[in-house]
Parts: sequence; structure tokens; C-alpha cells
Amino acid sequence: MSAFTLSRRTLLKSAAIGSIGLSAGLLTRRPAHAEDLTIGIIYVGSRDDYGWNQAHAVAAKALAAVPGVKVVEEENVPETIAVAKTMESMIELDGAKLIFPTSFGYYSPFMLDAAKKYPDVQFRHAAPLWKEGDPTNAGSYFGYLDQAHYVNGVAAGLSTKSNKLGFVAAKPISSVLSNANAFALGARSVNPKAEVQVIFTGDWSMPVREAEATNALIDAGADVIGCHVDSPKTVIQTAESRGVKSVGHNASQANLAPKGFITGAEYKWETIYKKFADLLAKGEPLPNFTGGGYDLDYVQNTAYGAGASPEAIAAADKAKEDMRAKKPIYIGPLKDNKGNEVIPAGTVHAPYDPWIDQINFLVEGVQGSIT
Amino acid sequence: MADTVNQGVVAPAASAPAEFLDRIRRSSEYVVIPLFALIVAGLIFSLFLFALGHSPATFFSLLWRGGFGTGFSWQNTLVRAAPLIFTGLCVAIPARLGLTIVGGEGALVLGGFTAAVAAIPFVHAGAPNYVVLPAMLLCATLTGAAWIGLVGALRHYRGINETIASLLMSYIAIAIMNFFVEGALRDPGNPNKPSTLPIGDANMIGNIPGVGVHWGLAAGVLVALALWILMNRTTFGFAARVTGGNVRAARAQGLSVGRLMVISCAIAGACAGLAGFFEVAAVQGRANASLAAGYGFTGILVAFLARQNALAIIPVSILLGGIAAAGGLIQRRMGMPDATVLVLQGLMFVVLLVSETLYGRFAFFRPKGN
Repeated sequence: MSAFTLSRRTLLKSAAIGSIGLSAGLLTRRPAHAEDLTIGIIYVGSRDDYGWNQAHAVAAKALAAVPGVKVVEEENVPETIAVAKTMESMIELDGAKLIFPTSFGYYSPFMLDAAKKYPDVQFRHAAPLWKEGDPTNAGSYFGYLDQAHYVNGVAAGLSTKSNKLGFVAAKPISSVLSNANAFALGARSVNPKAEVQVIFTGDWSMPVREAEATNALIDAGADVIGCHVDSPKTVIQTAESRGVKSVGHNASQANLAPKGFITGAEYKWETIYKKFADLLAKGEPLPNFTGGGYDLDYVQNTAYGAGASPEAIAAADKAKEDMRAKKPIYIGPLKDNKGNEVIPAGTVHAPYDPWIDQINFLVEGVQGSIT
Repeated sequence: MADTVNQGVVAPAASAPAEFLDRIRRSSEYVVIPLFALIVAGLIFSLFLFALGHSPATFFSLLWRGGFGTGFSWQNTLVRAAPLIFTGLCVAIPARLGLTIVGGEGALVLGGFTAAVAAIPFVHAGAPNYVVLPAMLLCATLTGAAWIGLVGALRHYRGINETIASLLMSYIAIAIMNFFVEGALRDPGNPNKPSTLPIGDANMIGNIPGVGVHWGLAAGVLVALALWILMNRTTFGFAARVTGGNVRAARAQGLSVGRLMVISCAIAGACAGLAGFFEVAAVQGRANASLAAGYGFTGILVAFLARQNALAIIPVSILLGGIAAAGGLIQRRMGMPDATVLVLQGLMFVVLLVSETLYGRFAFFRPKGN
């Protein structure tokens, strides 16, 4: 076995080096400057996916422009042992001192194990998962995108003529449901006649089904389409080609829909990344958890596109101010779409109330089933 | 009589080393031609890099460093190679009978899923790991065997194309897992990533001491060895190869072709199921959508590069594991997209397939006197 392996090693070496006529003596390693802070960012998909990964990649680029910071990135890393090895490789071979594994499934067990193995390296993960008892050099950061989806909803509610809005959703889990609900509540806050129809594709990335869902929503009369899938590219393009308006999600999709794009719910991870780089440069500890929305500049809305009418812009700008002032989205009395009261009169769930993370219903005014 | 036979073999004792050298010379064809093909693939890939304005020297030195250059790189490579050995075998064994099975992914996913599910009652009852793990192992291999065995049966008894059937069935397998993981068997403590209940740290398979790679690698090597012996040194393997050479001739010889097909497919499925078992028991600790990470599909590449030889699957898996391991370093240092190493893999695949036509064309490798 070992002899065989060895022969293949030699084989690879020969293939690699023989083919380019170079000696192994030329192998070079680019050492980081001693004062440089190397930060590793890991994406589950491609960096230009018009979605979740692109939102992080845009921030990575902004971070790389900070003097003294070197950013190393790796894309298309699956949520398997591959990510464990990618983190180790960034630490062992690149000298990374701070790692941002950005996909949900990277956290447990992979990031937790890496944090235990490398206590001198900081790990921060993009979902609200860190809890007491987890390694202290690990942590979570999160942007509450429901606030930006609320703004999307306000703009969409004033852009619809049919009073029917469509929403293409990935999975019926709380983070998706809270965005769909915020979209509906935003729309209905300015247009009580507005109804939202939700279709779940069942998967984070399933372009064929996303296109089908978008078409089905438009066929059912929807004239503004929103979404929560990993990459909204298909949804936005399909809506544009059918001549209906759209609102975005995760990153900017403005250039995909030059006619119908209204605005989009975007993360602004660079606020967090720069904050962390700054703290490390000063030698101060990083928080184990930081989460926020408009108030902390962690989320934003894409610049208005051609689909945004003046009154939609005015109302959406007002909604952004409300969100910055921490105006709650979930105000009682509120019913779910089956008629059950989910928030009694007089109860208000402020932004970041843990209650929001547990949402397992669709609000009144939303057609769709989560089971 | 027996003496004469013995003499016939042993008699020219003086020429034994020469004969040995002759054998080496002839079998070296199987090393020299793939080696040559890899060099050609490397050259073509260098042109590709030049065209993109990147230095091939940097690329190949990073490939070496990231995959094989340090102790850590070796760990990284071997841990990626482990599942590929199993999924490569899943393609290679039926291929000896002329069956092209491409659905190892499905057997891996279902194997891992049933392993995780099998663990639930035992973990709940507080059973020790020497009970939990064998139960998981059994479930994973049986499920995998049944899944791909069914493909073999469909092929033999209903005449359904095994390539299409296995490919489509792997989507069914993934859908079955998602259905249960997002429904009845979902861990309520994991709201945003639907998964089964964790099998618990006590039931996780650790690493091979001193290697830093989980036991799946050792198991993969052993299974590959065992299957190489089965396919090359037993009557079963001989019958399988006869069937692969010519089904009608095999039938005429009275071989039970259907049984051979179903059993070979079941063995293949069991291998993929084992890969799923190790993914759950050594890596993930639970079953979820991450099981469908593409190992089953890379296994097809592995088996073809290894020319369906169970033993050659081991080094080929390590080679592809190394390329995958180095892929990250190449992305980070050269700023190239992830697809770069896929281009290299694809080129290797094509050039190696083309190089198949070279076998038997060089007088040097032929037996003397023929």
C-alpha cells in the first residue's frame, strides 16, 4: 500500500513539475507581514451568486481595503469535513487569526471543533447560534434582515396594482418565515388590501423550482415578487422577463432587473467585519455575539431601481427611519393565517426579541402553508 | 505426472529473475501510460493557466504544497480520500460486469441516514458505543446494498438501464432523507438546519492514532483490498469478469448472470452505504442534507481513473483528495475560482480516457517472442 501510494506521489510530482520543467526549489511561500492581520472567509457557494455568499464577498472586499488586513477567501466549500480542513489550512498555511465561516451548517460540529483545537484563533459565525458553554474564542454575528424585508414590503405594497404580492421562499423555518411575515406586514401597513402568496421550494438553492414558483405566482396575479432563497438571481430575472416588479434579498440584484427592480433587503456585513478587525488591531476582545439590524447598520436596502414609484420611495424611506429607531414589526393583536391569535392585544415584540427567532407561523394576509 | 508439471514450472530456475523482470516490464505499461497521460493533462492545463495569465509554476507548487507538501496537507488529503475510496468501489465493482452504476450518491445518503436513525433508539436507551456503532454499520451497509442491489435486479429482471435507474434513484434517496429529516425524524433542537437527532459524542468514531484521519480511511483501504482479492482471485470474481467480457458467453457457460449482477450491485451499494456510515459516525454526528456532498459523483471519476481496479482506487482517491485539498490553497493564494481544480480534474479524466487507446501499441510492453 505504502509503496503504491509513494509511486503515485512521485507520479503527481513528476506530472506537476516535469510538465513545467521546474525544480521543486522554486516552491515559494508568501509569508504574511508580521503586523498584518490575516482574516479567512469561507463561502458555501460561489462568491458571485447574487445572494448570501456575494453579500459576504462584497464585505470581504471592503475589509481587504483596510490597511494592515489581509483577507483570504475560499468559495464552494461544502458543509462537511472539507470546511474543517479549510479552516485548519487557513490557520496553518496562511496564519489566519480570525475566521468567518459564513454558512449555517459550518457551526456544529466543524467550527466548534476548530475553536477547541485552536484557542488562539478567533472564530465568528454568521448565524445566531453561539451560546454560553461554547468555546469563548468562538462566537456569532447576525443581521436581522426582517427589518429590510419590512421596508421591501412597504415599497412593494405601494407598487402593486393587483394587490397581490408573491414571495418565493426556501424552507419553512423561522428565519425564512420571519422575513416573509415582515414583508407581508410591511406591505399591509401601507396597503391593507395587499395579500402575499408564499411558495416554498423546499431547498436553499433550486433554480428550476424557483423559476416555476415565480411563474406560478405571476400566473396567479402577483405583480410584485419578493423572495428568500440563497441566490435570488433566478427569481428576479424571471420576474423581470415576465414584466413584473421585484424586490431583492441578501445582496444587490439591481442590475438583473433594470426595469422592474424596486429595492432589496441586503446585509451589510462590512460593518461587522470592519468592527471586528478594528477590535483585534487594538487588542480588544471580540464580542461572542453581536446582532442587529438598521439600528446598528448591519442591514440595508438596495438603492431604489426603476420600479420604485415616488410614493413607494417616500414610504420606504420613512420605514427605514422607523427601523433605525427600533420600531417593532410584530405588534398585537396579530393573527396567523389560520385565524389563531399569535400576539394578544397590548403585546409588542421589540426587534431582537428571542420570540422572533422562534416564529413558526405565517401572519394573516399571507396565503401559504408551512406544513 | 504431477512431477512433470512441477518441473515444467520450476525447471528453468536460472531464468526466473529474467522472467520476473519480464513481468515487471510488461505490467509497467499500466503505470507508464497513466503517468504519461497525467503529464499531458498537466501540460494542457499549463496552457490554460498561461491563457488566463497565471503562472503554472505557482499553481503546481501550490498543488503540491496544499495536497502533499506538509503533514497537515497529507491529513487534509487523506480525510478527503476516505469517502472516495468507498464511492469509487461502488462504481468499479459493477463495472467489472459491464454495469455503469452512477448512483452511489443515493446509497451513501440513505446509508448515512439509516445509520443515524438506527442510532436513535440505542442512544435513547443509553446503550454503549460498542452496541450503537455495529447497529449503525449494519443498517448503513444493508440499506446501501438493497438500494443498488435493486438497480441490479431492475436491470436483470426488467431490462431497465442501470445507469439511468441508479442516477434517478439517487435523487429519490436524497428526497427520502430530506422528507424524514424535515419531518418526522427532525431534531427539534436544531430549528434552522433540519437534521436527525445527534448520535452523541460518545458514539463518534475517532481518528486513527498518530494520523489525524478518521478510521474510514483504514476501512476503505481494507475493503478495497478485500474486493480486489474477490474480483481477481476468486471464482466469483472470475465469473463476474467473464460476464463483463461477454454476457452471452457467460450464460452459455452456465453462469448465473442475474445473481452475479445483483450481488455485485449489492456489494457496490454496501460500499457506498459504508461511506455514509463514516460520514455520520466520524464526521457529521447526525444525518442532514450535508450528506449529499457529491462524494458519490466524484467516485465515478475515481473508478474510471483507476480503470475499475479496486486496488488502483486507493492511490487515485488520494490523488483526487489531494487536488481537492490543494484547491482551497490555490483559491486563496492565486485568487482563482474554485472551478479551476475542476478544470484540471476534467482534463485528467479526458486525457486518461483517450490514453486507453495506447494500451498494446508499444512493442516494449509486449511479451517477448510474440
